[in-house]
Amino acid sequence: MNHLYEFLSGPVLWAAFIIFVLGLALRLAFLIGLSRERDRVLYNHANLGWGLRSVVHWLMPWGSVAMRQQPVFTFAAFIFHLTLLGVPLFLQGHNMLLQEAFGFSLWSLPEAWAYGLSWLFLASGIFLIVRRLVRPEVRILTAVWDYVLLLLTMLPFITGLMAYRQWGPYEMMMVLHVLSGEVLLVLIPFSKLGHMVLFFFTRAFIGFEMGARRGAPSW
Amino acid sequence: MSKNSDASSAPVDIRKIRQLLDANDSARVRTWLGICSRCGLCAESCFVYLSNDKDPRLSPAYKFKTTVGEMYRRKGKFDRAFLEACLAPLWLQCTTCKRCSMTCPFGIDIASLISLGRHICHSQGVVPDKLQFFTDNCRKSGNHMDLPREELIETCEWVVEEIEDDYQGITIPIDQPGSTYMYTVNPREPVFYPQELTLAATIFSIAEISWTMPSYGWDCTNLPMFAGDRAVAGQQARIVYEKAQELGCEKILITECGHALRSLAFEGPYLAGYPDGKPPVEIVHSIELLYEILRDGRIKIDPAKKLKKPVTYQDPCNISRNGGLSEIGRKLIDLLCEDYREMMPNRAYNHCCGGGGGILPMGPDFKAVRMANGRLKADQIRATKAEVVIAPCHNCFDQVSDLSEEYELDVHVTSFKELILEMMILPDKFKKQNS
Repeated sequence: MNHLYEFLSGPVLWAAFIIFVLGLALRLAFLIGLSRERDRVLYNHANLGWGLRSVVHWLMPWGSVAMRQQPVFTFAAFIFHLTLLGVPLFLQGHNMLLQEAFGFSLWSLPEAWAYGLSWLFLASGIFLIVRRLVRPEVRILTAVWDYVLLLLTMLPFITGLMAYRQWGPYEMMMVLHVLSGEVLLVLIPFSKLGHMVLFFFTRAFIGFEMGARRGAPSW
Repeated sequence: MSKNSDASSAPVDIRKIRQLLDANDSARVRTWLGICSRCGLCAESCFVYLSNDKDPRLSPAYKFKTTVGEMYRRKGKFDRAFLEACLAPLWLQCTTCKRCSMTCPFGIDIASLISLGRHICHSQGVVPDKLQFFTDNCRKSGNHMDLPREELIETCEWVVEEIEDDYQGITIPIDQPGSTYMYTVNPREPVFYPQELTLAATIFSIAEISWTMPSYGWDCTNLPMFAGDRAVAGQQARIVYEKAQELGCEKILITECGHALRSLAFEGPYLAGYPDGKPPVEIVHSIELLYEILRDGRIKIDPAKKLKKPVTYQDPCNISRNGGLSEIGRKLIDLLCEDYREMMPNRAYNHCCGGGGGILPMGPDFKAVRMANGRLKADQIRATKAEVVIAPCHNCFDQVSDLSEEYELDVHVTSFKELILEMMILPDKFKKQNS
């Protein structure tokens, strides 16, 4: 088990990060190349101000009319995204590994905070799953893969929490934790999770398409 | 529906479909289809969904997922039955009003996806009959009603003669080179409602606007755009631009019509193949010019005649949201009406009346759907307790009139031109001299 962990947190982790970064870069480069040929509308009407306003309005909780109409969902979605990005980045354990490997680390969340926020993340994830099941207009859109992706996103947190609390066999949990994180990293560029980068482009586009071109807000 | 029975059993041209799917597989379409996370937020923005008891199959995401999304997923491998099943979501359950684009966290332009779906269907002859009929007329004659040049000119002359019973000095200049405005109309006006031309001619003459009616390229509307026939849609926009350039007019003026603005100002340049995506001649909507006329005092409104009845304004999607002219409408209303009430929501956020996107001209077969889709609009209007609805768009005008009857709203629908003519102070030199 130890060897497996070493392997997963060594070369496989490197590979996962490289695929994550390169994959996103390639997807983006491909789309930008394609857009030069087929999306003249993007370049003809590009406008930084309207694009930024559109993005910023949607990055602010309740910053758009649609978000204000569904305040609870908005709250859950923001908690979900913020903790999903924030907890792994500022986790003390992760930063210690970073320090060991590269001699630098980010600011770390106090342990109790990281612990609480992880539970909060899981709660928001469960809310999103339940919402998918309960609301007919969301359920009808949801394919099995959408549930799988959501669960895969939650898996590193579940296994991380279990390892931290020493629920179940610790070493096994750590192996699953690293593995599930890697699966997620590798999936991001090739699935709709790519929206972590593509969101900024599509939102900016509709911002200037509606705003700069037509004079109407898109939030 | 397409009733051509030969066509309904004919196989589809998979090569053609694949070619179109590929040509339109842009970075935007790829990204939109690729990242939609099925959050369902768009549902609440859609008037069709809201008007029909929140049927989940009517949410915008579901409509594009099951049509265009499927076309790409199956890589063109589908039969005619599939395309015919797309007809309802593409033409009856969506008016491409673009409201959902504002509501999508990713800003997915669902209306563009629906238009693409229509384009693919159209390539296989799957298109509502009436839209195809108007498209054929456009291809033949450059206008939707197949109205010959001579008849248009005769109509204009007749309109002027009729006006001479009440006023003097009112003219409709035809093909006058160098005029500032080239006035383009909805073909319903010369064919069924010549009084619309009367109103325009009277107002523009009294305001001493430099304007002309072109004898060709006068039809600013564009149903081929809604039928999915991009070639004819491009031609329909191009002949208007080119006529204005030929006459040396500075601006193309559009009648009180919504989708004409969408066509000529925004989609037309792309459909007609102008690489910069901008119309070659400035496009002005009637409500902009009418506001300038009143603001600058070229026509004066008699304050005693201002409308006392409660009034509300139907923000046409293609003027207020997709044209960015929501404030101009309100400034005009401020000059004409005393008791104005906003619909909720309004301006760029207003709901489609349910008559847009081509469904109204699709005719009586689809009236029941149109009335069902318009329930939200009827509720919106009723809540204002208005007795008059101003609608600067032919589609909205007819739809709201129909809704008034269907839902017993008892509202009078009117246009800005009509109100201005009723309330203006007529200068002496245009008064009919009794001899």
